[in-house]
Amino acid sequence: MVISLQIVQKTKKFLLEIGELAYFAKRFFKEVFTKPFEFKELLLQSYKMGNQSLLLVGITGFILGLVFTLQSRPTLMEFGAASWMPSMVSISIVRELGPVIIALICAGKLSSGIGAELGSMRVTEQIDAMEVSGTNPFKYLVVTRILAVTLTLPLLVIFGDTIALFGSALIENLKGDVSFQLYFNKVFNALKFSDMIPATIKTFFFGFAIGLVGCFKGYYCKKGTVGVGEASNTAVVYASMLLFILDFIAVFISDIFFEI
Amino acid sequence: MKKQENITPILKITDLKKSFGDNHVLNGFTMNLYEAENLVLMGKSGSGKSVMIKCVVGLMQADAGTIEIMGKDITTLSQKEFNNLRTQIGFLFQGSALYDSMTVRENLEFPLRKFPEYANKSKQLVLEALESVGLKNAIDLMPEELSGGMKRRIALARAIILRPKIIIYDEPTTGLDPITAKEIIQLMIGIQQKFKTSSLIITHDMDCARVISNRMILLIDGINYIEGTYKELAASKDKKVQEFFK
Ligand SMILES: Nc1ncnc2c1ncn2[C@@H]1O[C@H](COP(=O)(O)OP(=O)(O)OP(=O)(O)O)[C@@H](O)[C@H]1O
Ligand SMILES: [Mg+2]
Repeated sequence: MVISLQIVQKTKKFLLEIGELAYFAKRFFKEVFTKPFEFKELLLQSYKMGNQSLLLVGITGFILGLVFTLQSRPTLMEFGAASWMPSMVSISIVRELGPVIIALICAGKLSSGIGAELGSMRVTEQIDAMEVSGTNPFKYLVVTRILAVTLTLPLLVIFGDTIALFGSALIENLKGDVSFQLYFNKVFNALKFSDMIPATIKTFFFGFAIGLVGCFKGYYCKKGTVGVGEASNTAVVYASMLLFILDFIAVFISDIFFEI
Repeated sequence: MKKQENITPILKITDLKKSFGDNHVLNGFTMNLYEAENLVLMGKSGSGKSVMIKCVVGLMQADAGTIEIMGKDITTLSQKEFNNLRTQIGFLFQGSALYDSMTVRENLEFPLRKFPEYANKSKQLVLEALESVGLKNAIDLMPEELSGGMKRRIALARAIILRPKIIIYDEPTTGLDPITAKEIIQLMIGIQQKFKTSSLIITHDMDCARVISNRMILLIDGINYIEGTYKELAASKDKKVQEFFK
C-alpha cells in the first residue's frame, strides 16, 4: 500500500517535471526570437563549450575508432570480408556511434557544467541580481547557453567522427596494410548523403536537449549547496535519458524517409 | 518625523500580502520611505523581510496590496517602464551576489550595459563607484580573490553605479566581523550623504540600526508592528518590541 502510494507520487512528480521542462522549452522558443539578442555572450559560450570539450571528444573519438576496428576485424576476416572494413566502420560511426557516444560525453561534460554554474548563480542570488539590474537572465544565461550547445555539438560530432575514422584507418594501416588513401577512398565511396544528413540533423536535437536540461536544472535549482550538486547530477541523468529517446525517434523517422 | 507626513514618499507600500501555500508571510504590510532618510526594517529571521523587498524590486509578485515607487504603481507599468524605474533602485544582496565569472570591472559595468548613453562614460563611472568604496585597486580582480568585506563593498559600488534614488540593503553587515561591519556602516552613511539617496536597510544588527537609522519599523506577524525612532522603540513597553532590544 505504502509502496504503491510512493510509486504514484514519484510518477506524478516525474510527469510534473516533464511538463515544466516543456514549458521551459516553450519559453526558450518565445525568447530566442525577440530582441535584444545577446550575440557576444552566445559567441563566448560557444567558444567555451567547444574549447572545453575538444580534447575529450578527440580522445573518445580516436579510441572509439581504434577499438571498433580492432574488435570487428577478426569477424570480418573470418568471412573474408576484410576489405569491407572501411565502409562498415564509417557507416556505423557516422550514422550512430559517433553522434550518440559523443553526445553522451558532452552530456556528462556540458550539461553538468551548465547545471552547476546556473545552479550556483541561482543559489547565490546572481540571477536575481541580473534581473534587478534590468537584464533578462533567461535571455542572457539560458537562451545563449542552449543555442551554444545546439550549434557546437554538431561541429564536435563531425570532429569526433573524423578522428574516429583516423583511428580506424591507423589500425587498418598497421594490421592490414591498407594505405590511408585507399582507406579514405573506400570511406567516401561508402558514405551516402542519406547517412550524413539525418545523422547531422539529429546532433542539433541532441545539443538542444543537453543545453535545455542543463539550463532547466540549474535555473530552477533549490537553495543550498546540496541543491547545486543535485542540479548538476540530475542534469546529466536526464540529458542522457533524453538523448536515447531522441535517438530512437530520429532513427524511426529517418527509417521512414531514407529507408535505411 | 511628523513634518514629513505631507511630503509624498519616494517608496510607498500599502497593505502588502504574500503567502506561500499555508505560510502567510505578509499580512498587510504598510510602510513609507521618504526622501533622503535612512529607514531600518527589523524582524526575526523568516519574518518576511527579504520577501517584502523582493516584491518591491519585482523578483516576486505580491498577492495583494500596492507598491508605488516615485509615485508610480508598479503593477500598472509595462516591463520596459518597470525596468527603467528599477534603475532608480540600488539593491545590495544578502550575500553580495557578485557575478563570479566576471572581473570586478565587468561586474560594475553590467548594470550599465542596457544604456547606450553610458557607453563612453562607463570607465569613469566604474572608477568613481570604486573610489566611493575605497577599492580602486581591486578593479581587475575576480570575486573569488576578494575577502567577504571587500565583496560587500564591491557589491555596494555596483548598487550605486547608476546613481539610484533609493538603495535597499539586505543585511549589509551579516557575516562580517564587527570592525568591517562598522566600516561598511560608515560607507553607507557616506554614500547617503554624498548622493542624497533614501535607504531602506534590513538588519539584525542593533548597533547598525542605532548608528544609521532616522526611523525604524519592526516587521512582526507579517505587519508593520510598530514604527518610530530608535529611542522611541527602545523605550517601548511592548513585550514583542522589547525582545529586539535585549
Ligand atoms: N520562494 C519561496 N518559496 C516558498 N517559501 C518562501 C520562499 N521565499 C521565502 N519563503 C518563506 O517566506 C518566509 C520569509 O522568508 P524571508 O526570506 O523573507 O525571511 P527573512 O525575514 O528575510 O529572514 P532572514 O533574516 O533569515 O533573511 C520564510 O518562512 C520562508 O520559508
Ligand atoms: Mg532575508
